[in-house]
Amino acid sequence: MITAMVGNHAVAYAVKQAKPQVLAVYPITPQTTMLEKLASYAASGEPNAKLIKVESEHSAMASIYGAAIAGARVFTATSSQGLLYMTEVIYWAGGQRVPIVAGIATRAVGSPWSIWDDHQDFVSKRDAIWIQMMAENVQDAYDMTLQAFKISEDKRVILPVMMGFDGFVLTHTMERLNTLDDATVDSFIPERDFNIIDFDKPIGIGPIATQDNYIKYRYKAMQAMERSKEVIEEISKEYSKLSGREQHGLIEFYKCDDADYIIVAMGAWAGDARVAVDELRSKGIKIGLAKLRVVRPFPKEKLMQVKDRKALIVLDRAYSYGSGGILATEVKASLYNANIPIYSVIGGIGGKEFGKKMRL
Amino acid sequence: MNFLKGNAACPGCPITKELDAILDVYGKKTAVVVPASCSTVIMGDTVLGMLSPVNVVHSPFAAAASIASGLSTAMEFRKDNANILVWAGDGSTSDIGFAAVSGAAERNEDITYVCYDNEAYMNTGIQRSSLTPYGAWTTTTPSHKHEFKKPLPLIIAMHNVPYVATASISYLADFKAKFSKAKSMKGFRYIHLLSPCPPGWKFDASLTMNIGKLAVETGMWPLYEIENGVFKLSSISKPYVDKAKRKPLEEYLKLQERFSGLSNEELANMQAYIDEMWNYIAKVNNSKVIP
Repeated sequence: MITAMVGNHAVAYAVKQAKPQVLAVYPITPQTTMLEKLASYAASGEPNAKLIKVESEHSAMASIYGAAIAGARVFTATSSQGLLYMTEVIYWAGGQRVPIVAGIATRAVGSPWSIWDDHQDFVSKRDAIWIQMMAENVQDAYDMTLQAFKISEDKRVILPVMMGFDGFVLTHTMERLNTLDDATVDSFIPERDFNIIDFDKPIGIGPIATQDNYIKYRYKAMQAMERSKEVIEEISKEYSKLSGREQHGLIEFYKCDDADYIIVAMGAWAGDARVAVDELRSKGIKIGLAKLRVVRPFPKEKLMQVKDRKALIVLDRAYSYGSGGILATEVKASLYNANIPIYSVIGGIGGKEFGKKMRL
Repeated sequence: MNFLKGNAACPGCPITKELDAILDVYGKKTAVVVPASCSTVIMGDTVLGMLSPVNVVHSPFAAAASIASGLSTAMEFRKDNANILVWAGDGSTSDIGFAAVSGAAERNEDITYVCYDNEAYMNTGIQRSSLTPYGAWTTTTPSHKHEFKKPLPLIIAMHNVPYVATASISYLADFKAKFSKAKSMKGFRYIHLLSPCPPGWKFDASLTMNIGKLAVETGMWPLYEIENGVFKLSSISKPYVDKAKRKPLEEYLKLQERFSGLSNEELANMQAYIDEMWNYIAKVNNSKVIP
């Protein structure tokens, strides 16, 4: 169906179609209208989901973690301070490898207060054993949310997935949206068919691990994260066929085939980068865009495909103080042996306008 | 039910006995949520750890009430009719996890929340919590604590939950009767156990049951229920409304080194606290305490 929705409602619609059973809701700008929408869906009985109206983000993640280990499909969403407050349980859920999908409406982190968009909150979760995807536009946010549920529950993976999309820029912007019909979504994401709690075979979930065992848990998590690369590509292809919209897996290369220079970026401003690429190409500059759709696992191998260019320009909407641009650092590490100049550009921090005449 | 076949509890620790008694009542179809606490250690590690007859879901310190909320909600879809039980210490319940406990109580989640109160952060080495009593030595109150114990069962009751009770493993019949009642009910049920700790309270490991009894007999630990808002003193504690029937507080204090070296003024403050608490109990007994 072709319609138009703001990003928050598009994600809520995708979640509704994925038929979750337990949702945890706690307000924070700019994520709030997504959970309001889900609350109204649940109130109407579709999906047949229970809403836990928790008293904090810490409890939002904890409650859906509990529901997920008991076999329920679950979802919650947050932003910024909320994501930071949730962090302890985000790591806990990642360590236990429980299928969870969380929508992150990205936003700057205080202090000082800022409700505006950057990626500092999102990238701060990169070591939590979560798959992290990042949408470019409202359509992407809808499509990725559906894929996130399937990736998360794939038995070769079984990891929580975070779907990031830029606060206000996408959450509150209405765009054209092409949705799948419910039956197609049902066939794409069948009912979850496993759980961890079995009353006939009781176990301890998350007990103390000795030094010898802890490393085994973490090693298996590392392997699952590596395996997920192939699964993400596979599910992306399947979804491309179902939707007729090319999904590009871990990374999209836009006009990169003959490009001398490549911009690397993730999120909404990848759309601006596309326009910039077209504009520069009209002036004879051979440039392309590598859009990171997934940053955990980081698509190192895919980036190797562009190692022989003149230069890469990495856009970061977040910063590691005392180090540098976070994506830039990762791109440099991935292409360590490639001997290619990699330039780091930091911009859009705290929602600051980023464009041709940008200055601090 | 034998909860732990061999465990890492300190000598004289009542935790395993308390869990056995609870599971006698709650049965196999129970999932126990355990936040960071002595019990985390007692239950052991991934290899040598206990073989529990029930599922144990370990939880970060502040998350137990919320994880239990999620488990209980998911159970509605499974139609398993299972019991979701939180087994948390005093630090988790009254301090770091307090917001989550209050949230779950306000939402009237269908869970049984048990606070086993050993009156300090014992697992980390005896640091004071908001449930450490006035006058107690801990490593962070080296010259005794000078704030009174947070009246947690009453605070939870004020959330208008269906059931709140205090209990002690020293009175097994009363203990089990309260869990039986809780099991038969729906919604948020809260049971607060005074759980004597030999190394933390500094008493001989053979005295655990006696200390638990003395806490009740001296009036330090009144046994009561608040069912649908109505306060009801348990029969064991009924005589102690009359101050003359209570044993002298010293009998309880002198067995525990944590109370050694208290000044006369400190002792008087403790006695006054107990007397005031019982004045309150006499006033509210058999009446509705929730506005």
